[in-house]
Amino acid sequence: MTDTETFHGIVGQRRLRKEDPALLTGEARFVDDLDVPGALWMTAIRSPHARARIVSIDTSEALAHPGVSAVHTGDDLADMWAAPMPLAWPVTEDMVAPEHFPVARGQANYVGDIVALVVAGSRYAAVDAAEKVVVEYEPLEAVVDVEDAITDRVVIHEALGTNKSYTWPLVPDPDAVDSAFASAAHTVSERYVQQRLIPSPMEPRGVVAVPSPHSGEITLYSSTQIPHILKVMIGITLGIPEHKIRIIAPSVGGGFGAKLNVYAEELICTALARHTGTAVRWTENRSEGAVSTIHGRGQVQHIELAADENGRLLAVRVDILADMGGYHQLLTPGVPLLGGFLYHGVYDVGAYAFTCTGVFTNKPPTDAYRGAGRPEATYAIERAMDALAAEVGVSPVEIRRRNYIKAEQFPYESPAGLVFDSGNYEPSLDAALELIGYDDLRAEQQRRRDEGATRQLGIGISTYVEMCGLAPSRVLASLNYSAGGWESATVRILPTCRVEVITGTTPHGQGHETSWSMIVADKLGIDPDDVEVLHSDTAISPLGLDTYGSRSLAVGGTAVWYATEKVIAKARTIAAHQLEAAEEDLEFSEGVFRVRGTPSKEMPLAGVAFEAFTAHNLPDGLEPNLEAQVTWDPPNFTFPFGTHVAVVEVDTETGEVTLVDYAAVDDCGNQINPLIVEGQVHGGILQGVAQALWEEAAYDADGQPRNVSLGDYLVPSPTEAPSFKLGSTVTPSPTNPMGVKGVGEAGTIGSAPAAINAVVDALSPYGITDVEMPASPQRVWSLIEAARAGG
Amino acid sequence: MTVVLGRTRGERGDSVEITVTVNGSTYTRDVEPRRLLVHFIREDLGLTGTNIGCDTSSCGACTVLMNGESVKSCTMLAVQADGEELTTIEGLAPGPDELHPMQQAFQEQHGLQCGYCTPGMVMASVSLLAENPEPTEAEVREGLEGNLCRCTGYHNIVKSVLAASGQNVES
Repeated sequence: MTDTETFHGIVGQRRLRKEDPALLTGEARFVDDLDVPGALWMTAIRSPHARARIVSIDTSEALAHPGVSAVHTGDDLADMWAAPMPLAWPVTEDMVAPEHFPVARGQANYVGDIVALVVAGSRYAAVDAAEKVVVEYEPLEAVVDVEDAITDRVVIHEALGTNKSYTWPLVPDPDAVDSAFASAAHTVSERYVQQRLIPSPMEPRGVVAVPSPHSGEITLYSSTQIPHILKVMIGITLGIPEHKIRIIAPSVGGGFGAKLNVYAEELICTALARHTGTAVRWTENRSEGAVSTIHGRGQVQHIELAADENGRLLAVRVDILADMGGYHQLLTPGVPLLGGFLYHGVYDVGAYAFTCTGVFTNKPPTDAYRGAGRPEATYAIERAMDALAAEVGVSPVEIRRRNYIKAEQFPYESPAGLVFDSGNYEPSLDAALELIGYDDLRAEQQRRRDEGATRQLGIGISTYVEMCGLAPSRVLASLNYSAGGWESATVRILPTCRVEVITGTTPHGQGHETSWSMIVADKLGIDPDDVEVLHSDTAISPLGLDTYGSRSLAVGGTAVWYATEKVIAKARTIAAHQLEAAEEDLEFSEGVFRVRGTPSKEMPLAGVAFEAFTAHNLPDGLEPNLEAQVTWDPPNFTFPFGTHVAVVEVDTETGEVTLVDYAAVDDCGNQINPLIVEGQVHGGILQGVAQALWEEAAYDADGQPRNVSLGDYLVPSPTEAPSFKLGSTVTPSPTNPMGVKGVGEAGTIGSAPAAINAVVDALSPYGITDVEMPASPQRVWSLIEAARAGG
Repeated sequence: MTVVLGRTRGERGDSVEITVTVNGSTYTRDVEPRRLLVHFIREDLGLTGTNIGCDTSSCGACTVLMNGESVKSCTMLAVQADGEELTTIEGLAPGPDELHPMQQAFQEQHGLQCGYCTPGMVMASVSLLAENPEPTEAEVREGLEGNLCRCTGYHNIVKSVLAASGQNVES
């Protein structure tokens, strides 16, 4: 599967993970596991109203509660903040945003907005006392629905005068789009809703801030994906000199974007710890997390396709409303734009127009959730392609074959202005259809339709492309993003030829320790068990931009690759000196330097490592030790792709949808460890199917959340899914030397449209052309009943 | 029973002495009657391998064995474990360099990613095989219905349990 010119036998192995023993035995330490003597517990008092004026807060009874050391309100903490809550992506010059501080003052803007907090000596005392804080609210009318909010019927933040935060257009050639639609033989116009989702990593968020009052240093342990970004933001927001801050993300139990943020609780605990000189900690309850942590998705999408008489796409025009929630969090306004380049999907389109309008509502802020903008884009185009297939009168398979960007068109200049690095889409479709047994399924579907079976079969296809490897720093600059997209790695060969790798990526389930050690071991010709990967502590790994956007391997792994090359180059200089040969005459393989043509003259890496350490006989001017650091800024994104096929049964009497089979053929370029790749795809598939079939952060008309617990919010259990059939194709990326693309979000991106296409396919005999997500039994049953009544 | 932290009520201040055997060691401690068993295990005994993933008894991250059967330790009060014998994830491996066959199967089949649900998932799986030594895939899925994982899509967890039961699983 892997390129033997580039790799030497270790990369490509299904190696078991070195992370596992600690996680399997309880040895791993998550934030809430940390024992910090004397730490105080913080508990937040959160608004029970979606929008309310805070009239008064009476803290006296809570203060009198045994064990309570302080009760704070937004007003009395106002001096703690050197700057508002950070927003790293002001997407347009004229974007508007409300004032946002960790604790609300004057007005609360969603159920869950923090209005006060208690600090006490124990977890139980803090919770008990929190119930004694008396907050008087004047409830105000809330705006829940994004299409209602954009009318400004009720303006949430009166100082802004509008609920509209921004409009971001990507319309390279408006005339081309208009003329394509004017001349089109076929058009479709679809409206889709991306419901809000609660990311729900299994580990709730947690924070422990430990001050060193006399040295002025502070250590923040946080269940975060972004210790490096958090360090900068804590410094700016709290006015702490950056070099006095150390952030540690210990074992982190999943993130999916929910931990790619700078949260109020991180700022509050850090500020209070500095203020009091005592450690302050907080751990989220699951039901609290449903309102204290960001939500994903939340868009209303309008997509129009123009096609010629053969169903060949001429233009794609998209207009979306994106639900920001009550405020902006770190990346809120930018997330929909990550999809804004990809609404034409895997199809060759001449003309393209995308416009996104960000709108405030009285709900928790949205932000990045696995795929971040790209699942939404893929959903819209893949659903619309099925609609186009119906309009043109061809099959979903045929409409895709007619429109794929062809293999020979790569690198492909997209109508949205990207350059797709490599791709070959049709083989992934062929392989997926083969895996699932497509023809037999269609025959079975027909049989059930002819019989009028209660359980009808539906088959849904989606082919996706994503843009990963975030990101070229200059491209981020053009998008008004406030940081870069590089990644750092250090490779240090110790005197005994064991190796330490320091990475700026922050794994929380992805297995970087295993994969990075395979990359290094493969190049150095050593055992991966002799490599230790250090990460997620800013004192050990000072440089990094962390883990999100399927960037870790394509950017961070590439930095590891180049750092290894750099350390080999230094080792070569030392070996040449020792062997009294020219550097260019040395070859390095299987961990040994040999003089070409004189095989007896050789020096193993272990010998070089020890020479580098003793420094007894190094070339003049060469620094001792074998260590190299590289910061790599990618020249382009990477563009993984694949085809997913979902098979569902729909019970036409109850409306229940069951996922009965699933095939996914993904192409993430060269695979470092297929075991890990497959695991990422498995989890992604179920997460995307969960959006299609079960999950929704539901709100009533007053902005009250209806399903904050895991008893009500339907994260799928083992009985909801079948085992999955996976395949892969390998189209290496030319963007980086390993030809890798990234796979963390692929499953989620391909699966939601495949699942809904399958549901709609099952229901098509009823004349049903769309089912909103999640395709709940009630929703499906109602559609069937309406169709029956109408028919 | 649903226990929401902060809504539990007990006779505060009135401690009750309990004696519990955990992983072969016997502990006698004074606890508040309202103290959750999972807090007793994690905070009073320092056995932090047992995790808390929810507050509605839905996720199973806190699963431990009581007298050999799986229980959700967030759904019990510590006082209810008085006189009982518990096994937590820390007590499963036979030695420092050795894993229990279920732990080994989870590693070999890549049945974990972030590892947060894993202790509960492994304990529930041990209990499942104790009741049904050679389950079908459907029986594994049914048996683990009370344990949630967000990373694996369950595919490799199911394979792990089938492999631990001695059945062939495709690689």
